[in-house]
Amino acid sequence: MTDQSHFVEIRHAQKSYGTLEVLKDISLNVERGQIVAIIGPSGSGKSTLLRAINDLDSLTGGEVWLDGVQVNKDLPHRQYEKHINAMRQDIGMVFQHFNLFPHLTARENVVMAPKMLKGLSKEAADKLAEEQLEKVGMLDRIDYYPSRLSGGQKQRVAIARALAMKPKLMLFDEATSALDPELVDEVNMVMKKLAEEHMTMIIVTHEMDFAASVCDRVLFMDQGVVVEEGPPEIVFRKPTKDRTREFLRKHLAGVA
Amino acid sequence: MDIDLMMRVYPFFLDAAWVTIQLSLLTALLGLTCGTLGAAARLSRLAVLRFLGAAYVSLFRGTPALIQLFILYFGGPQIGIQLDAFEAGVIGLGINAGAYMTETIRGAIISIDKGQREAARTLGLSQWQATYKVILPQAARLMVRPLGVNMNMLIKATALVAAISVVELTYTAQRYIGSTYKPFEMFLLAGLLYMIIIYVTGRAVAWLDRKVQIT
Repeated sequence: MTDQSHFVEIRHAQKSYGTLEVLKDISLNVERGQIVAIIGPSGSGKSTLLRAINDLDSLTGGEVWLDGVQVNKDLPHRQYEKHINAMRQDIGMVFQHFNLFPHLTARENVVMAPKMLKGLSKEAADKLAEEQLEKVGMLDRIDYYPSRLSGGQKQRVAIARALAMKPKLMLFDEATSALDPELVDEVNMVMKKLAEEHMTMIIVTHEMDFAASVCDRVLFMDQGVVVEEGPPEIVFRKPTKDRTREFLRKHLAGVA
Repeated sequence: MDIDLMMRVYPFFLDAAWVTIQLSLLTALLGLTCGTLGAAARLSRLAVLRFLGAAYVSLFRGTPALIQLFILYFGGPQIGIQLDAFEAGVIGLGINAGAYMTETIRGAIISIDKGQREAARTLGLSQWQATYKVILPQAARLMVRPLGVNMNMLIKATALVAAISVVELTYTAQRYIGSTYKPFEMFLLAGLLYMIIIYVTGRAVAWLDRKVQIT
């Protein structure tokens, strides 16, 4: 069908708002089972890039491919909606502010989409909810509403909700940035567990220690371009670019 | 104050209050329908619908309800719309209330954090599925109180249809003043009955609001 050969492939991604260019010709390949962290100062375009992968923010140029299918296909509106809804079922996303559905319990949050989109029976849905919430250590809160959960617990339910669709790829948009420091670890643990299960993940994060410990590759972005890219031990320890060094000096307290 | 007179005429006022209640309920029903359609139009992807929705709101909020009733009831026959006074009252007030409810409903919907829709869309839900399963259930809870305010205003606005001679509370009060020359007592009686209707409605709204809150 194409020359696409990587699991996730971003080709010449470009995005501008009027004259402001937030992504300038970015290309990125991610292989199946790989974990890539995107770091960089705020306003660097890293969240925009992540959100372009499932087309929450549309690119103004370039292509995104997942597993041999182009995500941001050029189609008439109705056909495109159908296409993107199908694609998004394969791309889980976790947000900085959790975005749990407050009118639904943890269980209902997890099974709503699988029930609607995959026609799960009640038994199958219950099993799925238990399975996914167990995985993130939230089984004991299965019938709680989000308002009664802590930030870390909410985020773990949100991860379970994304996993319940059995995605091929998981996107994390600063999943721990809104959490109190003591709640960060419980979420990181869940993400580590996913890493051990070889889930393909792209992670936008401010947490350098975590990025260094789970990622296969780190991308440092600034002002809409990828400044430096490589394995964490290189990018964090022997960065070649001045901008990377300067950024890391400010953000690297713990990674040695 | 002529309490005796009030005691003698109040059964007739109760009948009139029943007409006011019917007017209010039918108006509210039509208002909610128009308000839902109006809000859907104002939030539509299509510019034409957005324009029509906005035009509806500014037209009906921008002119007195009394003028709207007069145009419909007195002006209607000139352009082939024949309605009896009660029908004209319900339709006129209903469309008017719908303009206010359009803004109430729209306000509740747009106040839902955009992350909610994003999360739903990210899971693969369509625009409509996200609206129906995620946005509306949350927005509906936020609408109860402000729609209650709309309802309160609408009940009081039903007094306007006295001007097109619907025999409801206000009109009845005026009629009894004609024969008793006691405007103080008659309007007081009408006012009391309005107060009871509005109080009960207010309690019902408060009950519903408590009922729909997420635990």
